[in-house]
Amino acid sequence: MNKKTFAAFVGPSVVMMILFIAIPLIFVLIQSFQVTQPVTELVEVEKCTPGFTGQICETKIETRQMFDDAGNPLRQTKFVGFDSYNKVLELQRAGAALAEGSIKAFLQIDFWKALRFTLTFTLITLPLVLGVGLLIALAVNNATQRIKGPIIFISLLPFIITPVIGALAIRWLFIGDGILTAAIEWYLARDVALFAQGWTIELMMLFYRVWHVAPFAFVVFYAGLQTVNQDTIESAIIDGASRFERLRYVIIPHMMPLVVFVALIHLMDAYRAFEEIVGFSSQAHIISLQWLTYDFLQADDSGNRSISRASASAMLTMIGIVLLLFPLLRKTWQDYRGGKI
Amino acid sequence: MSVPKALAQPLSLKLASAGFLTFWCVLAAFPILWIAVLSFKEPIDSFSANPFNVIFGPVTLAKGKGLSAIDIIAGLAVLYYAVRVAVGPLKRAVEQLTPKGFLAFGWLVGAAIFAIGFLIIFVGFLPLVTSFLNGLLGPLGTPILGMTIEHYQAVWIDNGFSRNFMNSMIVTAGVTTVSLTVGTLAGYALARAGTMLAFSILIAALIFRALPHSVLVAGYLPVFINSAEILAPLLGENAPTLYGQPVAVIAVLVAINQPFTIWMLRSFFQNIPAELDEAARVDGCTHFQAFRWVIMPVMWPGVITTGLFSFLLGYNDFLVTSLLLDAQNQTMVPAITGYFNRETTTTDQVEAVAAAVSITAPLFLLVMIFQRQIVSGLTAGAVKG
Repeated sequence: MNKKTFAAFVGPSVVMMILFIAIPLIFVLIQSFQVTQPVTELVEVEKCTPGFTGQICETKIETRQMFDDAGNPLRQTKFVGFDSYNKVLELQRAGAALAEGSIKAFLQIDFWKALRFTLTFTLITLPLVLGVGLLIALAVNNATQRIKGPIIFISLLPFIITPVIGALAIRWLFIGDGILTAAIEWYLARDVALFAQGWTIELMMLFYRVWHVAPFAFVVFYAGLQTVNQDTIESAIIDGASRFERLRYVIIPHMMPLVVFVALIHLMDAYRAFEEIVGFSSQAHIISLQWLTYDFLQADDSGNRSISRASASAMLTMIGIVLLLFPLLRKTWQDYRGGKI
Repeated sequence: MSVPKALAQPLSLKLASAGFLTFWCVLAAFPILWIAVLSFKEPIDSFSANPFNVIFGPVTLAKGKGLSAIDIIAGLAVLYYAVRVAVGPLKRAVEQLTPKGFLAFGWLVGAAIFAIGFLIIFVGFLPLVTSFLNGLLGPLGTPILGMTIEHYQAVWIDNGFSRNFMNSMIVTAGVTTVSLTVGTLAGYALARAGTMLAFSILIAALIFRALPHSVLVAGYLPVFINSAEILAPLLGENAPTLYGQPVAVIAVLVAINQPFTIWMLRSFFQNIPAELDEAARVDGCTHFQAFRWVIMPVMWPGVITTGLFSFLLGYNDFLVTSLLLDAQNQTMVPAITGYFNRETTTTDQVEAVAAAVSITAPLFLLVMIFQRQIVSGLTAGAVKG
């Protein structure tokens, strides 16, 4: 395939990605160093109110928004350097909190709170998803042929459901005196309020995410189990390997590329955690990095959006994901050079 | 395949495996089934702490909204035949009636007709018949299970959820068609070209795949809001404000979806032997002709699978649509937040549940029809490495 045909085939896709992914990224980078504000002027205003003996007048200096000839508010954009980044990171406050040795105060700051949650969330769910996925795959592989279809159907439901709705479904089981809260209360014989503090919400979020992603890991691992070399298993049996040893030394090494694949996809997706925050309405206690940017982007009561701070937090989020994925990307690169994919 | 006795699994292992599987199935299906049950009850029943009250709905029953044994039997019979029709005659009809190459489209139309027909029979026709039978049969006809569809009526008819549904359909259909058209061409070329350039595109796509969507939306939002001013020098008076336009959302979602689409389609195209298009080239076809006449007829399984995932991305998206469309003109998923943020009364909450179930029902159908394709899609990227 020569260059011209290749370009013709790939062109539309690449143009879309450049236009809607690469260029917006450059915009975000530029915006993060700029602030756009309405232009204001200081004016002297004399205000008079009728009083008993005469008028009482006072002059005040007020800031007033300026308008152009068409009556639209004037706006100006100016370069602010790393100011927006500093507003997001709140380095002074963070530094002061750390100097006092108060982790709690440090984690009160939005960005660090979000970073803490996003990282623990990603790293805790990763082994759980892999483990649960593998267990389901082994159990299904062990089941009789007839029930495999229905089980795969049921397993796909948590995966296919809209993430916000999935989170809501879990929330409705617990909220108020939802049946699972009632069950816990009955078991512990005391009142529990699962939405009153951060850590219980976080547990529910972890549960939701594992419930949502484990089917994906299961399906991939299940496909991998079908291609395990039976001869190797047989020779392992002849060599006297126990069931566990066969799993540990034959099956899992065979599935290692799949484990890396699932881990890669899961890292990307868990780092983007967002729907949980919406579904559980947890913004008072727990926020994620992506939610932080989302919150800056939303119009506040007066219709303003903090685009600059949103861009700064977006850039920081992006740096995080690049750092997180770097080892895996390097491996993909090496594999490609080795002709494995 | 018979297993030698020495290799047969011990009973404890079999039991543990079966027990775990049962546990997982309950865990997977329970939250979804449960909200479906909730949505048919009066609020007092729906949020009762006693699970039996939620299932049998005594308060709902006391208000005279319930099902008799006859209703339940008739309902189950209709459901059973609906499933039979869906996997039997419907499937055959779709496969026979649609011209080759439009199978996915045929399925969409077929599923829509089927869903509407089902709703008419189940919600419109069945109650008439059963109420007549209930009157005739006396004791058998007295309600025993509390159930009401008033929340669905409130959501779909009074609150205008159908408008959100239409928006969702427009966005989803747009995302799927454009993604596939653009992605198929690119995926094919990337599968056939082993050059460094092809690989760099793939790696760039992988990085783009990892980007949080809010990062991208931060780039669009100011431009979209001011697009009328920005585009004015080019388009003059007609420059559109892209903010709030479904078309703009479609373009954004297609771009976000593109990295995933090309990786997935590439792995499907790699499974189509390159000898096929080489043979066509030897016979004098250009690359485009080879693609059109040799590859296109055999690529549909992969395209349908990728299309399913594009559909899911468009349908499930919350972040992009909620930021780029205004509140009056939302798709279904962001619209639902309006309900549970309101939460003034428990009725609102049950309506939110009904809306959530309405959003989930099409997905349920989708898994039912396309289970095989979804599984092959999930494994396609993985097995190749």
